[in-house]
Amino acid sequence: MKKTKTISCQDVIDHLCDYIDSNLDEAQYLALKAHIADCQNCQIVINTLNKTIELCKSGSDNIKLPDEVRKRLIAKLGLEKLRDQ
Amino acid sequence: MNRDKYDENISLDALRKGDKKAFAQLVKANSEAIYRLALRMLNDPQDAEDILQETFIKAFHYLPNFEGRSKLSTWLYRIAVNESLMHIRKKKPQVTSIDEENETDQGDLVPKQIIDWCCLPEDSLLTSETQEYISKAVQDLSPANRAAFLLRDISGLSTREAAQALEISESALKTRLSRARLEMRELLTSYFSERMAAA
Repeated sequence: MKKTKTISCQDVIDHLCDYIDSNLDEAQYLALKAHIADCQNCQIVINTLNKTIELCKSGSDNIKLPDEVRKRLIAKLGLEKLRDQ
Repeated sequence: MNRDKYDENISLDALRKGDKKAFAQLVKANSEAIYRLALRMLNDPQDAEDILQETFIKAFHYLPNFEGRSKLSTWLYRIAVNESLMHIRKKKPQVTSIDEENETDQGDLVPKQIIDWCCLPEDSLLTSETQEYISKAVQDLSPANRAAFLLRDISGLSTREAAQALEISESALKTRLSRARLEMRELLTSYFSERMAAA
């Protein structure tokens, strides 16, 4: 594992979620950011991780509720009369 | 549609009293999101439809007891996830620890493949084949980690809301989410590096 000052690659991995989700305080964030700027492996992990989330999200956003499934749901719940309100 | 805004406009009082018109609004605002979550949890359209129906049947039944400590949509997600986990448990009874994992086990939290596939052209990342692979890859996650990943990264709940929906601490949610994200990254790295090698 490469070390940059006091921050290691393992530190980045340990705080990966908080780093990606911007849940760190400023000092922690800047320390990790400085390590990542200097560490190609961490850059690759962060970039491919962000891309992974983006691809999973974009594919799921394309999932639509089929009309027939919606109709059966409405019927099952006895809401047919209220469907268009 | 902004579902949060939609939820806020539905009278909780009316819902608790069994008002069908208010309930129809709740169904309209949330059914697609619940179906999407169930389909990603189970990767089977028929199972997803069953979960969708069961979620709203249970919601109608338990609405009089809904205390409003979370958003309505978060509460619906909780029901849908629980139904999905029960469904998985019935189908795979040999999986004993479906929603309780060792939160302190950090053994898997290490990226193994350091390959930069982000440089691939967008059109080769966004193919239907890739999406099909992702649907299957999500099934490789443990049900507990899958639920955390889907709620947080696909359904877009905050860490707090996702933790509420799964009835776990935020710290436990983050552990599950980290594992799931890293595992998905490994799977997609394997997938795309094969394509890079073939190109």
